[in-house]
Amino acid sequence: MNILSLFPAIPLLMMLGLWAARNTRQIHTVMVAGASALLVLAIYLVLHFIGLRNSGETADMLLTDSFMWYAPLNIHYSVGVDGISVAMILLSTIIVFTGTFASWQMTFNVKEFFMWFCLLSVGVFGFFISLDLFTMFMFYEVALIPMYLLIGVWGSGRKEYSAMKLTLMLMGGSALLLIGILGIYFGAGATTMNIMEIAQMHNIPINLQRIWFPIIFIGFGVLGALFPFHTWSPDGHASAPTAVSMLHAGVLMKLGGYGCFRVAMFLLPDAAQELSWIFIILTTISVVYGAFSACVQTDLKYINAYSSVSHCGLVLFAILMMNTTAATGAVLQMLSHGLMTALFFALIGMIYGRTHTRDIRELSGLMRIMPFLSVCYVIAGLANLGLPGLSGFVAEMTIFNGAFMENDTFHRVVTVIACTSIVITAVYILRLIGKILYGTCTNPEHLKLTDATWDEKLAVVILIVAIAGLGLSPLWMSDMISSSVTSVISHILN
Amino acid sequence: MEYTILILLLPFLSFLLIGLLGTKLKPVAAGAAGTAVTGVVAVLCYITAFMYFGAGRDASGVFPQTVAWNSVWLPISGNLHIDLGFMLDPISVMMLVVISTVSLMVHIYSFGYMKGERGFQRYYAFLSLFTMSMLGLVVATNIFQMYIFWELVGVSSYLLIGFYYTKKEAIAASKKAFIVTRFADLGFLVGILIYGYYTQSFSFTPDSSVMGVAKTMLPLALGLMFIGGAGKSAMFPLHIWLPDAMEGPTPVSALIHAATMVVAGVYLVARMFPLFIGYAPEVLHITAYVGAFTALYAAVVACVQSDIKRVLAFSTISQIGFMIVALGVCTSADPHEGGLGYMASMFHLFTHAMFKALLFLGAGCIIHAVHSNEMSTMGGLRKYMPVTHVTFLVACLAIAGIWPLSGFFSKDEILAACFRFSPVMGGLMTFIAGLTAFYMFRLYYCIFWGRENKELHAEHTPHEAPKSMTFPLVFLAAVTLVAGFIPFGHFVSSDGHSYDIHIEAGVAALSLCVAVAGIALATWMYLREDRKVADSLATTFSGLHKAAYHRFYIDEIYQFITHRIIFACVSTPIAWFDRHVVDGFMNMLAKVTQSVSVVIRPMQSGNVQKYCIWFLGGALGILVMLLVI
Repeated sequence: MNILSLFPAIPLLMMLGLWAARNTRQIHTVMVAGASALLVLAIYLVLHFIGLRNSGETADMLLTDSFMWYAPLNIHYSVGVDGISVAMILLSTIIVFTGTFASWQMTFNVKEFFMWFCLLSVGVFGFFISLDLFTMFMFYEVALIPMYLLIGVWGSGRKEYSAMKLTLMLMGGSALLLIGILGIYFGAGATTMNIMEIAQMHNIPINLQRIWFPIIFIGFGVLGALFPFHTWSPDGHASAPTAVSMLHAGVLMKLGGYGCFRVAMFLLPDAAQELSWIFIILTTISVVYGAFSACVQTDLKYINAYSSVSHCGLVLFAILMMNTTAATGAVLQMLSHGLMTALFFALIGMIYGRTHTRDIRELSGLMRIMPFLSVCYVIAGLANLGLPGLSGFVAEMTIFNGAFMENDTFHRVVTVIACTSIVITAVYILRLIGKILYGTCTNPEHLKLTDATWDEKLAVVILIVAIAGLGLSPLWMSDMISSSVTSVISHILN
Repeated sequence: MEYTILILLLPFLSFLLIGLLGTKLKPVAAGAAGTAVTGVVAVLCYITAFMYFGAGRDASGVFPQTVAWNSVWLPISGNLHIDLGFMLDPISVMMLVVISTVSLMVHIYSFGYMKGERGFQRYYAFLSLFTMSMLGLVVATNIFQMYIFWELVGVSSYLLIGFYYTKKEAIAASKKAFIVTRFADLGFLVGILIYGYYTQSFSFTPDSSVMGVAKTMLPLALGLMFIGGAGKSAMFPLHIWLPDAMEGPTPVSALIHAATMVVAGVYLVARMFPLFIGYAPEVLHITAYVGAFTALYAAVVACVQSDIKRVLAFSTISQIGFMIVALGVCTSADPHEGGLGYMASMFHLFTHAMFKALLFLGAGCIIHAVHSNEMSTMGGLRKYMPVTHVTFLVACLAIAGIWPLSGFFSKDEILAACFRFSPVMGGLMTFIAGLTAFYMFRLYYCIFWGRENKELHAEHTPHEAPKSMTFPLVFLAAVTLVAGFIPFGHFVSSDGHSYDIHIEAGVAALSLCVAVAGIALATWMYLREDRKVADSLATTFSGLHKAAYHRFYIDEIYQFITHRIIFACVSTPIAWFDRHVVDGFMNMLAKVTQSVSVVIRPMQSGNVQKYCIWFLGGALGILVMLLVI
């Protein structure tokens, strides 16, 4: 069996194990075993992939495997990875692992929660390894639907409304995707659903590309929080339970960026070049608009959700620049944002679990009460505002440098506008830190609260180590990504 | 020279160690670890300096620019990559000495000053982080490395200003410092992007082959970079964060906000000097005007402040203005022809770092003794604190520019360079030098002479600071006494060739006269117990006095822009738009779907007769359509 197929298979096995588990202890055992297996496997995959590349494997996709699944439409289960998907898989396993620990204290319907959680990860892993348009789409749907239940049942606040809104908006996006995928399939002669083969043929007429490119880009863009299709994000995140927010903002939103790059731009390159300016404008708006919105929010999760709009906007912004540097930056930003935002949501969940409020007007002086969580919050904030040595800086600088290589006034102007986000980000992050962590605690109830427990510490520390690791020595990751990005970009440009 | 990696690595490790262990470490152990590491770093820096200058000049008669080590940190594109490395040249070696010396003194001093403070360990961890970042900044082999460490010093400064994080003013000040400098860094970043794109490298000395195209863009790039420098170096109108930054512990003000970080902007201009002079002299002169205006503005404001640290902060801004002016008035790279300012600026940076750190540390002793920053609580302290008094006086004389203290020599060179540029500039800067002498001695008399606040002192008698605090004072005072006689031009000059400092008699006499006049005026106004003259002046010119006391309302303007315009007129409407228009549209879609479904629901009534009617109607409709078409 292909090593890649293990990634969706392990969560499936975990679901079986969870089904058989009889008490919380057993559930935790299954989850930890499975999540650790995934994490180890992902690390092995990274090393193996780099090893293969070093030994001279130059094929775009490595570790490929394929078999027919539904002959009339040429649907295959075909898998394969390049540097981009390897990076995404690594990110997903880290989030699944830490998400497990972040929901350690959960008491309500634990078994069902984790089963849906595993199903969600099946979808995520399946999506990143798929090379077949339809299979990819199928996994995409598998990842979306558990979201509805996870938020609707285990969420907080206006959870039914948020779950409905999130699911319907994302479903609207996937409806566009389905049309777009069929459009590509038939446009390319209805002989194959394989992404690499369609790209190789490069035979979709330009007038069809002009139709399908915006449809697919928006379809994935909804999940990537593209303005103005981002409004599911604040409500959805605000209501979702901690681990789901982590997985959703950390990984699921990356499906959008990944899809835009891998499907919309890779398969429809001519239209991408022609129409990119429209989306560049939208993503520039996302970047600045999300940051400005975050400045005046009062709910911790809303702040982070809008910050995600801004940072994910930067991902889409970068891939639309259509050069290797910016696209490498985009993948780095996906990684970095995934880790940072997961860390943020984990910490917000932990603070909320103690104080039962996320309103920043009701929180203050947490530094004295829960120093560990507060220090980690500061680190997360600094990563978010792009402090060198943490991952955000690496990603942002690569993106800005890449975007600046497009030598025309339009690109220059939007790049400078996007750069301003580093200032606005500093404003809302420092405002937040100043309000909730610093100062003196005014609520006597809060004085009795305790700091993080071991499981929470574990989750947080792993994320911080990953963020710092990527930020301190980005070379290997950047190399791995850029070699794969180069071939995609050169395909788009030719 | 591989060992130089330790200069950066050791403080970083000490930051990690002290930071991670946190309160598990005893305060004394944390302080000792931090101080020991800084001591080792200082020794390494001295060895490096000794070896570097000891190795002598190369064949062309300059100290060579050597790269001790350099490696790619992040590749950007084909020939563009961000490196981390360690570069030695006269100014970076000079900065190594300055930073490690002041940092070591501050580490020692903090033992006494921060004793018993909550968060002692955290304090030393941040000091280590800052030391590492600042050293990394000055030894940068390329502009991007400089930017990386530039941001890191920014964040260490943020953390240290906000050290007393339960104090409202400290939170606000730290936030302000970070955001204002971040705003300036936006200019720096865009400047770097332009620079990197057109010169195809981040190196300080781009390949001459690319200069054909690049030279048209260089003035813009350098100008934008200067905005970043102006932010860090508190040039008008980006200076507003520095006076507030005094909310941090006083030793931090000495290290970061007087001696090292705030001169990063000056260092940046000096680092890019060959490009400035070669491709953008007009931008360089703009920096001179910015610097001169800042120096004047800050000196005027310093004359009326009542908080001892505020006076010193404005004096710092003013002195950095001097350094920027000195760089800005250069008209060529030859020190004999018009490049004198470069050497003068670096010399002043060096001497200023020492005597300003001394002033701040002295102020720290005074604050420690009277538990207040306000000058009204002081007066007559010379009896209680002899060591602080004498060292403070030395520093005041130095900054006022009295021979033979170090400040005289460096300031004299700056004035000489200004007079060569234009008599107006020279006259203006001489006037500001006089103002400097005046406000420093106003401060000195108000603290150590003048009217004593007897009630307060009877309640709590001021006392001399402990040895750990007075030792750095004495050390820095000694440096201040002798530093002027260092043949600085032999080590640092604009074209690298040795340059003999010679005092121009006219300029020297003028500046001495002005300084003495300033001191005399201050003596007349503030030495005595009653300050009739000062008080009557303040009432006569109450408008001006009030405006200067409120720093000409620049802070209020910023307040207005950020709160009334950015928050109230941009962010809030955007957030409203998002909730009510974008989201409202989505909700409206849902509502429309719902109401449409309510309308068409009766069609599915379950009533067979109704279905029959719909069926018949439909069949008839199709029939009609077929017949018509």
